[in-house]
Amino acid sequence: MQLNGDIMGGSAANKMPLLVGGKRVDGRGVEDLRNIKIVARVLNDADGSAYIEWGKNKILAGVYGPSECIPRHDQSLYRAVVKCRYSMAPFSGMEEHGRSGPNRRSKELSKVIKEAFENVIVSENFPKTQIEVYLEVLQSDGGTRCAAVTAAAVALADAGIPMKDMINAVAVCKIDGEMAVDPGKEEDNFGESDMPIAFSPRTGEVLLFQMDGLLTKDELERGFSLARSASDKIRQLQVDAIKKVYDEPREERFLVISK
Amino acid sequence: MESINEIKRDSLNALLAAGKRGDNRGMHDYRKITIQAAPLQNAEGSAIATIGKSQVMAGIKFDVATPFADRPTEGVLSTSADLLPLASHLFETGPPGDESIELARVVDRGIRSANIIDLKSFFIEDGKVLAVYLDIYVLDHDGNLIDCSSLAAMAALMSARMPKIEGGKIVRGEFTGKLPIKEKVVTCTFGKLGDRIFLDPSLDEEKGMDTRLTLATTAQHLCAAQKGGWGTFSEKDILNALDISMQKGKELRALLPQ
Repeated sequence: MQLNGDIMGGSAANKMPLLVGGKRVDGRGVEDLRNIKIVARVLNDADGSAYIEWGKNKILAGVYGPSECIPRHDQSLYRAVVKCRYSMAPFSGMEEHGRSGPNRRSKELSKVIKEAFENVIVSENFPKTQIEVYLEVLQSDGGTRCAAVTAAAVALADAGIPMKDMINAVAVCKIDGEMAVDPGKEEDNFGESDMPIAFSPRTGEVLLFQMDGLLTKDELERGFSLARSASDKIRQLQVDAIKKVYDEPREERFLVISK
Repeated sequence: MESINEIKRDSLNALLAAGKRGDNRGMHDYRKITIQAAPLQNAEGSAIATIGKSQVMAGIKFDVATPFADRPTEGVLSTSADLLPLASHLFETGPPGDESIELARVVDRGIRSANIIDLKSFFIEDGKVLAVYLDIYVLDHDGNLIDCSSLAAMAALMSARMPKIEGGKIVRGEFTGKLPIKEKVVTCTFGKLGDRIFLDPSLDEEKGMDTRLTLATTAQHLCAAQKGGWGTFSEKDILNALDISMQKGKELRALLPQ
């Protein structure tokens, strides 16, 4: 589904100006994130859940586990197996109705997201079990994988799964020759480079790293530094979301979406 | 799993014999219902409905499509339902199973047979018609997904905007007005255990009950029905259920956006 601009492989062949006098198409500066809102525990049956609005992205994360790993040949005698499914709703994009079911893009993203979490979940505590992470993109606006990782970390924390860190992800891009954080849909489609990164904010380790386009070594360094300071801001929102669950205990939980 | 359902069945039986339900509802009461209209912007229409702790989202997308050969001038309505794995520990990933196909078809049948969308007005040019896709996304499962889904579907259709069409193509992000909806279709689902019939079964009740009856109604008519499960209903049961559905239908329609 190539309708959300969130694919790797944006082209530099356009001439649309993306950076004018330090301002980006949506008025942000190069270090500014879009608006992010995170709410933890919005579902009743899931062991943990979270909902994130990041720009116009609207993503729901649900976690089950640790529970018996099925089928048994997937089991590990030494640790919990992390299973992840990233999926886009057929009505999530601006363009045509999407096809349901996994495609090559969603399978790749599920894989890299799973691998990011395998590094932070203390999985050796739960041999022979599985931890399932489900990510549903209800509305896409560029940067869904980063928003999904950020929401998934909150859902895992909500499920009480021990983790070494509260991780998140953010992308950086190159627009009109300048590095900028958190590309929106146009910047994703027409920018010169797109580089999603997930950090473990505590240790600084890189857990998810993808990139397309052309960058110099200096630009890569500038990208890392932009992403790292954005990541620290996002972490605070994640921690606040989890705190709120316990500050305002409730019997029933509902997903409320801002218009 | 089966033995747990047997225990649930026994306790449900005991409660019903005393004229009670687990959550102190009357036999013909719904749990709390909420509806959020148009929470999404990329979809042409959307809604979230909740009944008790069940939560269902519905999304509407329009596309240009080829008409069916036997109806060359009519638009296409296509309904699907996804029981998302995050909605319940009972749901699994993979292609749609029996339950989600039945859910989509029951919701679709009410909307289709009441003719609430004028598919003839969806003709664009020879070989091109507008298709409306209704996708039901089950987010949280606490029983009675059929009624919850049909409320979400109806609210999403009522919130839907007609896309602008130019040169046989949809101009995304531009609209010509609301999707005209002639009537509001709602469903009422009943559970039955022994000879006792109750409205809006919760997940616990669904696990213990014998059988299920769904009636879809407009303000005047019955427009679709579905029996599920291995038990049976008498003719009188069904006629009684229709009386209750017509009456409850008014309350459900009042909850939908006007």
